[in-house]
Amino acid sequence: MQKVLRKYWAIFTLPTVICFAIAFLIPFITGIGLSFANFTTVNDAKFVGFANYKKAFSGDSDFLPSLGRTVLFTIICMVLINLLGFILALLLTRKMRGTSFFRTIFFMPNLIGGIVLGYVWQLILNGILMKYNQTLTTKGSYGIIGLIILMCWQMTGYMMVIYIAALQNINPDMIEAAEIDGASSWQTLIHIKIPTIMPAITICTFLTLTNSFRLFDQNLALTNGAPGNDSSLVALDIYKTFYGTTGYAGVGQAEAVIFTIILAVIAVIQLHSTRRKEVES
Amino acid sequence: MNRSRKTANVIITIILAFLSLIFIGPILMVLMNSFKGKLFISSEPFKFPTFKQQDLGEAGIMPKTFVGTKNYVSGIEKTNFWGAFGRSVFITVFSVLLIVVLTSMTAWFITRAKNHYANVLYYLFVFSMVIPFQMVMYSMTKIADVLHLDNPVGILVLYLGFGAGMSVFMFSGFVKGIPTDIEEAAIIDGCNPLQCFFKVVFPIMKPTSITVAILNTMWIWNDYLMPYLVMGKDYPTIPVAIQYLQGGYGSIDMGAMMAVLILAIIPIIIFYALCQRQIIEGVVAGAVKG
Repeated sequence: MQKVLRKYWAIFTLPTVICFAIAFLIPFITGIGLSFANFTTVNDAKFVGFANYKKAFSGDSDFLPSLGRTVLFTIICMVLINLLGFILALLLTRKMRGTSFFRTIFFMPNLIGGIVLGYVWQLILNGILMKYNQTLTTKGSYGIIGLIILMCWQMTGYMMVIYIAALQNINPDMIEAAEIDGASSWQTLIHIKIPTIMPAITICTFLTLTNSFRLFDQNLALTNGAPGNDSSLVALDIYKTFYGTTGYAGVGQAEAVIFTIILAVIAVIQLHSTRRKEVES
Repeated sequence: MNRSRKTANVIITIILAFLSLIFIGPILMVLMNSFKGKLFISSEPFKFPTFKQQDLGEAGIMPKTFVGTKNYVSGIEKTNFWGAFGRSVFITVFSVLLIVVLTSMTAWFITRAKNHYANVLYYLFVFSMVIPFQMVMYSMTKIADVLHLDNPVGILVLYLGFGAGMSVFMFSGFVKGIPTDIEEAAIIDGCNPLQCFFKVVFPIMKPTSITVAILNTMWIWNDYLMPYLVMGKDYPTIPVAIQYLQGGYGSIDMGAMMAVLILAIIPIIIFYALCQRQIIEGVVAGAVKG
């Protein structure tokens, strides 16, 4: 079969591969090249070595501060969303009425797009802050805290459904045996439930990690980085460097390369940790 | 024991009901404000619309804040909402169809052909899943301009290309798990690989196809940056139209904004109500395998 199939390689793969080259491969390689160049259009690019990278890390660039904010933001989101999602999953896997109704409600925000969500929360948060004579753009930290609230609201349901699926997969005999042996529900949670769903915890941790780290739409709609650039996360900051100031497109591209490298490192760690878990179990 | 369990369940239900309110509250708030005059939205977002004017004595007269569907009319007009809606539907439906059919073919070939070409492709696709859009956005937009892909038909090429990584990966994962016997038999019976794929393999892939379709629908329907950079003002999709409503008019018309937000959320709620089970299962499957 392999021989016959290989003759058909063009029909099976060319449409996808051509589009993949146009949308990803060629832009990716050009992107790396442009990060070492000064340009306003692709055609007038001049090689400048590592100048763009130096500019990205220099004091008057917002790249490092926004990267720092993003790291802090990501860690807080990761902890809060997983904790909330896991607690909701525990409550919704109890034997009681209405669990599927609640599951439906909690998951719903996850389907709504980032731009729409940003404006929805802009109304709510500005409405609350108004009572204290402030707005979301009074301080950079307000925008970031707003984003954390938004992300918890959006992603908790997502993590919850993954945790529910994992909890429902636990062999009920194991829990029953523990209960017969006199384990309290806290002990079953710590010694049986959590260790068994460890793979789901790894998946959810990395999902919240990458989603928070790459966040763009919500950031744009909620505050657009205001005041100044103080509530910009790194993806928005890169975008602004690219299109905000003329002559800085090369610096934006260099920042995008660094952003990509960080995400690639996270992905490698993720692959490594899931592989190890699979071997262990 | 039984009674305490029941009491606990009642308490938990009350807590969950309260949390549900928090989860749908923001959307209800936008819905409520979408019926209020635009000047009364930012100033008092948590107040219900009033249906009668109130005499506040010395302070003057407070007009009624309920404006009926006025915001919807102006929102639809200012954003050309039906145009944006049509475009979003067109782009999402056809991108997803192309992605499901073409990447499943590619994935089957890659997994079965097992030659050098297939291996290189596989690793390139997996690699592309990690790369953020910011890395390629500038060059991709330029290439799209040169190739005249800056329209709702052309952008299908970009969605197929940029979405191929995850989709090929998910289909490959599925193909690895199905035995080759049936396919071999079909080939021996005289099917060519193309017939074999569409008559035998593609129907078996249905669960994965649904998962891939749902994940890509959620991404493409809500995507903002790619349609904005590639097509911009000429062909706005719903998210782009909303963003223009904010940016385009010196002081933002909050009434129109609230109405358009609700109009943007309604199709999602309908889609969710119709295929809730598939969506949740698809998202879980996507997370676990992706």
